[in-house]
Amino acid sequence: MVDQTLDAKGLNCPLPILRAKKALQTIPVGGTLEVLATDPGSVKDFQAFCNTTGTELVESGQQGTTYRFVLRRKH
Amino acid sequence: MSIIVTKGSLDWAYPPFILATTAAAMGVDVTMFFTFYGLPLLLKNLDLNISPLGNAAMKMPLAGMHMTMPNIACMIPGVDAAASRLMKNLIKKKGVASITELRALAVEAGVRMIACQMTLDLFEYKLEDMIEGPELGGAATYIEVATQAQINLFI
Repeated sequence: MVDQTLDAKGLNCPLPILRAKKALQTIPVGGTLEVLATDPGSVKDFQAFCNTTGTELVESGQQGTTYRFVLRRKH
Repeated sequence: MSIIVTKGSLDWAYPPFILATTAAAMGVDVTMFFTFYGLPLLLKNLDLNISPLGNAAMKMPLAGMHMTMPNIACMIPGVDAAASRLMKNLIKKKGVASITELRALAVEAGVRMIACQMTLDLFEYKLEDMIEGPELGGAATYIEVATQAQINLFI
């Protein structure tokens, strides 16, 4: 189970990342955030975001036209 | 990261605000220096437009095709306004944030904004017509920031 879900479907770059960053700050350290997006660029962008910020990318997948990411807040 | 923002049309306003908000979200300290035609992007009331004039790469999607605007057609009154309207409709339709929204997110994320004092004098703008947050500064203020930053962009 994830702690919180962010629906970023229909939003274009950079809004999914900006909304995810905001949502991450509202969950406790160690908690997980699920992000749903339709922006194909978000696949690489969430990887890059996690690499740079030290956030753990627990899952990255696609169901139909929806991309699903699970992020874990590390600090 | 620092960004010198020199252009204030609707299309050119995007790159600096997209990069500033994203870098801030990724934990980077960001400073934006607004100078010349970039300075009006700090006005409280934004009225941003585009002009297809002299823009050979502007091919707007329309009815399944891409439309270019010959320079001579840009002389007709109302063409710039129509192109701007078309762009704003596309922005909304494609889920792209508005500049006002991105700017608010930048302020909220703690992006430091410097309004160029010289441009303010030159074009007779008033600080009270600008959003809350920007400080006034000049070239030396920017250079001090740039010497401390790993990424310095001129847009």
